[in-house]
Amino acid sequence: MSKTTEQVRKSLGKRYRAEKRFKAYGVSAIGFGLLALVLLFTDIIGKGHSAFFETYVKMEVIFDQDTLDISDFRDEEQLNFANYDGVIRNALREEFPSASGRQERRELYSLISTGAGYELRDMLKEDPSLMGQSVTLWLLADDDVDVYVKSAQDDRLESRLSDNQKSWIESLEAQDRVELQWNQSLFTHGDSREPELAGIWGAVTGSFFTMLVTLLLSFPIGVAAAIYLEEFAPKNKFTDFIEVNINNLAAVPSIIFGLLGLAVIIGLFGLPRSVPVVGGIVLTLMTLPTIIISSRAAIKAVPPSIREAAMGLGASKMQVVLHHVLPLALPGMLTGAIIGMAQALGETAPLLMIGMVAFIVDVPGGPLDPSTVLPVQIYLWADSPEQSFVALTSAAIMVLLSFLIAMNTLAVFLRKRLERRW
Amino acid sequence: MDTAEKFDDKAPGNAKLADQIEGEQAMDETIRYPDQTVGTPYVDNPKMRMRDVEVFYGEKQAIHGVSLDIGKNEVVALIGPSGCGKSTFLRCLNRMNDTIDICQVKGNLHLEDQDLYDPKLDVVELRARVGMVFQKPNPFPKSIYDNVAYGPRIHGLANKKYDLDEIVETSLQKAGLWNEVKDRLHSPGTGLSGGQQQRLCIARTIAVSPEVVLMDEPCSALDPIATAKIEELIAELSQSYTIAIVTHSMQQAARVSNRTAYFHLGRLVEMNDTDTVFTKPEHDLTEAYITGRFG
Repeated sequence: MSKTTEQVRKSLGKRYRAEKRFKAYGVSAIGFGLLALVLLFTDIIGKGHSAFFETYVKMEVIFDQDTLDISDFRDEEQLNFANYDGVIRNALREEFPSASGRQERRELYSLISTGAGYELRDMLKEDPSLMGQSVTLWLLADDDVDVYVKSAQDDRLESRLSDNQKSWIESLEAQDRVELQWNQSLFTHGDSREPELAGIWGAVTGSFFTMLVTLLLSFPIGVAAAIYLEEFAPKNKFTDFIEVNINNLAAVPSIIFGLLGLAVIIGLFGLPRSVPVVGGIVLTLMTLPTIIISSRAAIKAVPPSIREAAMGLGASKMQVVLHHVLPLALPGMLTGAIIGMAQALGETAPLLMIGMVAFIVDVPGGPLDPSTVLPVQIYLWADSPEQSFVALTSAAIMVLLSFLIAMNTLAVFLRKRLERRW
Repeated sequence: MDTAEKFDDKAPGNAKLADQIEGEQAMDETIRYPDQTVGTPYVDNPKMRMRDVEVFYGEKQAIHGVSLDIGKNEVVALIGPSGCGKSTFLRCLNRMNDTIDICQVKGNLHLEDQDLYDPKLDVVELRARVGMVFQKPNPFPKSIYDNVAYGPRIHGLANKKYDLDEIVETSLQKAGLWNEVKDRLHSPGTGLSGGQQQRLCIARTIAVSPEVVLMDEPCSALDPIATAKIEELIAELSQSYTIAIVTHSMQQAARVSNRTAYFHLGRLVEMNDTDTVFTKPEHDLTEAYITGRFG
């Protein structure tokens, strides 16, 4: 064996050990990341899954014309403002005649959500022949009842409910008249002070309109800026200065953009507060650097040989860009745009500044209606004292995360799909 | 192979050669930097006429006062060591150097009566008359048909689908590619082999019926069989087109060209009939190069 071979053999063991060590670092880093992810998801899903179902109580309700105080069926006004709560109260009193005195009665009435009355109203509007009849219905329970029903036996001792209320619920449970049903209102309602009535639909549509405005503004502006800077702009001190500033903007804290929106868009131009248009403009300012930077990288990645080929054939600058550079750079641009949009979707701070943090019950019908967005809704609910909002917060986070995952999957899919090889 | 690399190479085998060249340099500056072009760079009724061409990359001068003619329907080969400026010179002929910001071209360059650097000249029109084939095959990531049809389309050469089909077919036939691709015109051009891709690029170039075709080392990325095919093609094309070809291979220059220009360090050293250049070179540098003493 020659001397070199001997030396090589000696060093081999050391090299392999270094390799193994490096591999171990990598695996442990990924393991740590995965662990954090699993912890996050278990925590959120563990807390949030119960919010997708809510408690209903089976009651026999009599649509009593006197209690409802309706004299004319065709009068919309009367139907809208009739005393549906009274009907429910009657049913509750009927069920538990033992409740006496103001205090106990109030406790009894608070078993059923204030939203249950609206359900009766809708039923009666649909079918006026119900008047005077007795109907067995599942009525939405109050959020405290909901928490009590969902919690385990040991936790029930800590409930906010009074002993009377507990015994009523337990007697209903014994009769199999308490049930968990799919939480329809979570996906159809706007925000509410009552957790059992609160939904994320208002925030989802608000987010949708905001994202729409952001996308419509930031993608064309970003791509146009990138193409100009990359293909047409002369290379001089001024364009260098612009480039430095774009890179700087990407690192500016987003709340600054919110302040800018408040001062300029709302203050100077007089656009209304809390509307998705203003939110979209502010988020456009925030996402533009991301889109410009990634679009420029995508344009740079187009091989110069393709440009030369087109130019050698006599294509004008514009034709080279439109026919060759843009189609080849588009997957990269789209990926950048979607990642920028995903960032914007999760952005809270700048929207607080422009008033999208207001308590808005109505689901917005357009980008000029006051609304809130998903991350701000999460922030609002996380701040609310009612115990049910804990689960709702986690449920909203789950919805937001699934939107983000969907968007990022779309980005990967688009990139794979549109990518052309050469 | 890079010139600098070659000269800096102090590997034992090359030391002697390097010394020899350095010695030459010390002995006779005029040989290293010839002021006068020897041979016959000019012809009667040239297709392209270049006089005192100087090219600068920023401060650095890449071409020093090159004057030569390219005759109608002739194949002119530009040879010389790497970095001698032959590609730079070729790219002046259809103003591809315009894309490089710091590049500056001086001198008189004419295509027939047209001044190439006339500020009123539209470079798009010029490039339709002077086409170019590049070193690396660079088909567009589109179908074979669209690759060839692209030039005619942007210049509006064919109004009907039928006319376009015909242009595509004749161009591919001239490029000797028709029989190989006629059944898959709509599959991507990037899926062809290297040699086929280069012939596709040639078909794409001649689809706009240019008067002059510039070729920048068109075979350097190809194997010998593909190279032979391209060389055959050049011979055929020279019947209808004027061709200027930059090549690293002296054999190739000898095989395909009518006249050969030898460039050295940005200067045109010698230009003569190809036979003369390779059998009785007039200049010492040319002889040194073609006999392989450096390169």
